[in-house]
Amino acid sequence: MREKNRPAIETAGSPGGAAALELPAAVPSPNGHVTPPSAAPKSAARTAPKSLLETPHPYRGRLICVEGIDGSGKSTQLLLLERWLRAHGYPVHFTEWNSSRLVRHSMQRGKKKNLLTPTTFSLLHAVDFADRLTYQILPPLKAGMIVLADRYVYTAFARDVARGVHPEWVRAVYSPALRPDLTLYFRVPIDISLERLLSGRAKLKYHEAGMDVGLSTDPVESFRMFQSRVLEIYDQLTTEFGMRPIDATAEIPDQQRVVRSMVQEILRDYDLKRANGKNGVTSQPR
Amino acid sequence: MASHRSRAKTWYGHGLPHIAKKRLPGHLIAIEGTDGVGRSAQIELLRPWLELEGYAVSNTGWTRSPLLSETINEAKAGHQLTVTTFSLLYAADFADRLEHEILPALQAGFIVIADRYMYTAFARNSVMGADPDWTREVFGMALVPDLVLYLDIDVESLIPRVIMGKGMDYWESGMHLALGTDLFDSFERYQSRLLDEYRRLSSEFGFISVDARLPIEELQAELRKHLAEYLSGASGKPRPDSGDNGASTHKE
Repeated sequence: MREKNRPAIETAGSPGGAAALELPAAVPSPNGHVTPPSAAPKSAARTAPKSLLETPHPYRGRLICVEGIDGSGKSTQLLLLERWLRAHGYPVHFTEWNSSRLVRHSMQRGKKKNLLTPTTFSLLHAVDFADRLTYQILPPLKAGMIVLADRYVYTAFARDVARGVHPEWVRAVYSPALRPDLTLYFRVPIDISLERLLSGRAKLKYHEAGMDVGLSTDPVESFRMFQSRVLEIYDQLTTEFGMRPIDATAEIPDQQRVVRSMVQEILRDYDLKRANGKNGVTSQPR
Repeated sequence: MASHRSRAKTWYGHGLPHIAKKRLPGHLIAIEGTDGVGRSAQIELLRPWLELEGYAVSNTGWTRSPLLSETINEAKAGHQLTVTTFSLLYAADFADRLEHEILPALQAGFIVIADRYMYTAFARNSVMGADPDWTREVFGMALVPDLVLYLDIDVESLIPRVIMGKGMDYWESGMHLALGTDLFDSFERYQSRLLDEYRRLSSEFGFISVDARLPIEELQAELRKHLAEYLSGASGKPRPDSGDNGASTHKE
C-alpha cells in the first residue's frame, strides 16, 4: 500500500529498540472509537462552508499527519513511526502530499514551463488532496485503519498563503478536509533545514525555494526568505489548529520517542482486534 | 484616454490579493447556457461584428486552459472524478484562464467573451450535490462579469438540437449521477435540473436572458442589441467605434 518516493532511510534498530515505547494494550472498547457529538448543524445559511477541520471525524480509524518545512525531517520520522506501528500489528495506510495521478501531468507541465500562478498552484494541490481524500484517506479511515499523511492541508495554508493567496479562501477550498487526530509539526530553523537539503541533494528545487515568488534570483537566498515566511505562518497555524510542535533539531531517536508517545495517546481506546478483522490473525509480534 | 466611464470591476469573493489593483479598462462579457444551446455559434458571429465596430476581442472558454484541458479530458475518460475533484479542476482551469487570458486582455482594453463562466460551475455543482456555499467560496477569485448573456431554452427544444448536433454525451447527460440507465432519460432529467438551476441563478445574478429557441440570425441580433446597449452605456457614447477602449488598443 505504500507509495514510492519515500526517503530511502532504513532503520537498523528493531521496534523494540531504545527509541521504542510500549504501545498501549489495545483494549477493545465496546463502542469503538468514541467521538464527541458533532457540533456542526447542517446549516442552509449562505455563509462560508463549515470546515470539517473544526470537529473530530466520526470514523473508527486514526488520522496522523506530519507537517513542517522542507528538510525538517518529518518524512524520516513518519517512516520510523510507520515501522513501529506495523511491527505492533496496526493496519497502516500511508499517503503523501502531491502524489495523486490525477493532476500529475498538469503539475509537471505547470512547473516545468512555469505556468503556475499562486492560485492555480493552490488549486492543483487541492485537486490532489481531494482525490486522495476520496481514494486514500476516507476508505482506510472508515475501515478503522491508521492513516499516516506526509503533509496535510496545513501545508497549503502555510505555503499558498506565503505565495500570496487569501488565507480565508484557501481554508474554504479545503473545507471538505477531515480533522486529523494528531498533527505533528516538526519545527526547525531555516539554516538547519537548508543544511540538510543541500547536503542531501546539492540543489534546491525551484518551487521549494519559492523561486516562483520572485523574492530573490539566488536559490539559497530565495529559499531562506520564502521558507521564513512559511515558518512564520506554520507557527500561527500551530495555535489555530492545535498542531503538536516537535523540536526537529533534536536527535532522530529522541524525536521519535516523543512522536511515539504522542501517538500512543491517540491510540489509547483504539480497537486493534476489530481493525484486523473479525477472525483476523493479529500479526502482533509480542 | 482615461475619460471612459466603464464601471469599476468587482471581485466575486476574496479576489486575487497577489495581483496588484490594476486598471481593467476592457469589458468582460459572459455567455452562459447549457450544453448544445448554441453558445459557440453565437460567439463566432459576435466576434467579427465587434471587430468591425473597432473593438479588439479575446475569447476564452470553459476547460480550454493550456494547463488543465488535457488533465480534465483524461480524468473524464478515466471516470475517477468526484464532485469535489471535478469542481476543483474546473476552478483551476478557470483560474489559469483568468490570470493568463482574461485579466491581461482586460488590462489591454479588450472585450473578453467568455464561453461559460463561474455560473456553469454553480449550476452543475448544485445538480451534482456539491455544497453550493463551498463552490461559491472556491470561485471567490473570480472577477464579476460586466454583462452576462444567458441563452435560455427548455429541455424539449434542447433535445433535438443536441441529437442533431454532436449527439448526447456521457457527461452532459449526467450519466455519472446514475439518474437512470437510459441515456435519453438521464439527459432529460439532468438537463431539466440544470436549466432550473440556471434560471434561479439568472434571477439571482441578473443575467440578461435571451430566447435561444430563436433562429440563429434572430438570436444573434438580440445578443448584439444587448451588447451594443451595454457598450454605449459603458463608453457614454452611442456609437461603439468611437469608444476609447477597444479602438485605441486595436490600433497599436
